[in-house]
Amino acid sequence: MPTISRAEVAHLARLARLAVTEEELDLFASQLEVILTSVARVGEVAAADIPPTSHAVGLTDVFRADVTRPGLTQQQALSGAYATEDGRFRVPRILDES
Amino acid sequence: MTAALMDYDEVLERFDPVLGLEVHVELSTATKMFCGCANVFGTPPNTQVCPTCLGLPGALPVLNGVAVESAMRIGLALNCSIAPWCRFARKNYFYPDMPKNFQTSQYDEPIAVNGSLAVELSDGSVFTVAIERAHMEEDTGKSLHVGGADGRIHGASHSLLDYNRAGVPLIEVVTKPIEGAGARAPEIARAYVTALRDLLRALGVSDVRMDQGSMRCDANVSLMPRGSSTFGTRTETKNVNSLRSVERAVRYEMCRQGAVLASGGRIVQETRHFDEAGGTTSAGRRKETSEDYRYFPEPDLVPIAPSDAWVQRLRATLPELPWQRRARAKTEWGLSDLELRDLVNAGALDLIAATVDAGAPAAEARSWWVSYLSQQTNSRGVELADLPITPAQVARVIALVAEGALTNNLARQVVDGVLAKEGEPDEVVAAHGLAVVSDDAALTAAVEQALAAAPDIADKIRGGKLAAAGAIVGAVMKATGGQANAQRVRELVLALVSA
Repeated sequence: MPTISRAEVAHLARLARLAVTEEELDLFASQLEVILTSVARVGEVAAADIPPTSHAVGLTDVFRADVTRPGLTQQQALSGAYATEDGRFRVPRILDES
Repeated sequence: MTAALMDYDEVLERFDPVLGLEVHVELSTATKMFCGCANVFGTPPNTQVCPTCLGLPGALPVLNGVAVESAMRIGLALNCSIAPWCRFARKNYFYPDMPKNFQTSQYDEPIAVNGSLAVELSDGSVFTVAIERAHMEEDTGKSLHVGGADGRIHGASHSLLDYNRAGVPLIEVVTKPIEGAGARAPEIARAYVTALRDLLRALGVSDVRMDQGSMRCDANVSLMPRGSSTFGTRTETKNVNSLRSVERAVRYEMCRQGAVLASGGRIVQETRHFDEAGGTTSAGRRKETSEDYRYFPEPDLVPIAPSDAWVQRLRATLPELPWQRRARAKTEWGLSDLELRDLVNAGALDLIAATVDAGAPAAEARSWWVSYLSQQTNSRGVELADLPITPAQVARVIALVAEGALTNNLARQVVDGVLAKEGEPDEVVAAHGLAVVSDDAALTAAVEQALAAAPDIADKIRGGKLAAAGAIVGAVMKATGGQANAQRVRELVLALVSA
């Protein structure tokens, strides 16, 4: 049975840039454990001769021709942005946090 | 803060360097890896974007078939095996250069594995670099850090993102650990990147411009005590944006690590940033471990399963590769080993060959690239291949000289015009009126004028001193700004004097 520790939840939260309180660490650890346990049951029916799949359909080699298609204008691209500057997406400073 | 450095010779007395080179190459496909947005450098920010490369909800990727074929051709040219079946994976990380919050990359199933690249060094010896893999991935967006010094990330108040580059097809070529390089490690690193660049250029899959970031090198360097076979801890130096920097970065890291180890310190596994101006490296972020990226197979893309027939068909499309071209140039142009090596070291061989392919005689092609154009690289501080003139344009100039439409002097002015981005050679000729004047009426008038201005010389010629005609020819050339057909002028001088 999979177990997940508070420390692992804290680590995942840091990777995902999520602020998680001490209480939430306990809450999420127990909730994630339920999820992992449920998903792990798939492994009980998957015998060794069944290869893992990454895709629901058995297709290979689906390609697109190298031909340009119209995309978004700059205005459209930025229309959902929280903040913009000089035609670019503006984000808070990046590395200082870690 | 300047790091302590150990003397290079001392480093070599005490340690063996081990290198690992990762080269990223942007493919020059028309579109991005997973969407139909244009793949063009230098357009206004966020104008080559769509829901897929912006990571908008519900958008799905579809793989660019030409990019896959380019990846396979690169693999084949590097003597790699092509995987009969492979997939993409998601590399998860939260950083605004990738709006999806993951980069779609090949991870444990690269399309090409186990190759090699023979690298020629400046003394003519050959060092074979083993290739671990070549895999496909997508480039990230471009960050602009605002408010700090020099656009660096440290001290920036905020960052601005342009996603035109996000999703551009990228091939990463990774070497196996390069051991036994010893004192030549920095040179081998540079020679390897040079050889890879020339190979990719010959394949026509990328414009391989290090100055524009379409080819980038990360240099992994570690030291182990001499005689040991256990690798030391490595650092990965990024932002190495020229061939010269590759060499400098490796040498610097060897000297820096030597000093750290000699003083009893430990090397920290980290990403380091190369400073072009100072030739030094500085610590960047500690690497997230591979586990932290939580790679998993990309469920939105189906696997790639190249058939043997497909691989063979692509193998047949491989052009003459640089080492084959070198062998041919040597015999066809009658070069000595030394002459060949000089051309290779100057980065001129492929350019000359391409100029010959465009119709120019080998001797003229060689002369232009190794003399006049090489001088231009010195004054501009760029590589020969980075001059804004193509082999086809050089061949056209040579053809104009051969036709008698340009003198050598005029040809150099035309080349200057092309280098100044004034257009094609014929356009420069037209714009500046640089064509040779062979029109007898105009030339006769100029000759008569020159003879009248120097009656003593005219007498000498009449007296049989034909060499004196040179002075008149020179005067006419000067009067016409070098545009006169010198041979015709000489004929006219002799004809007019004896008339």
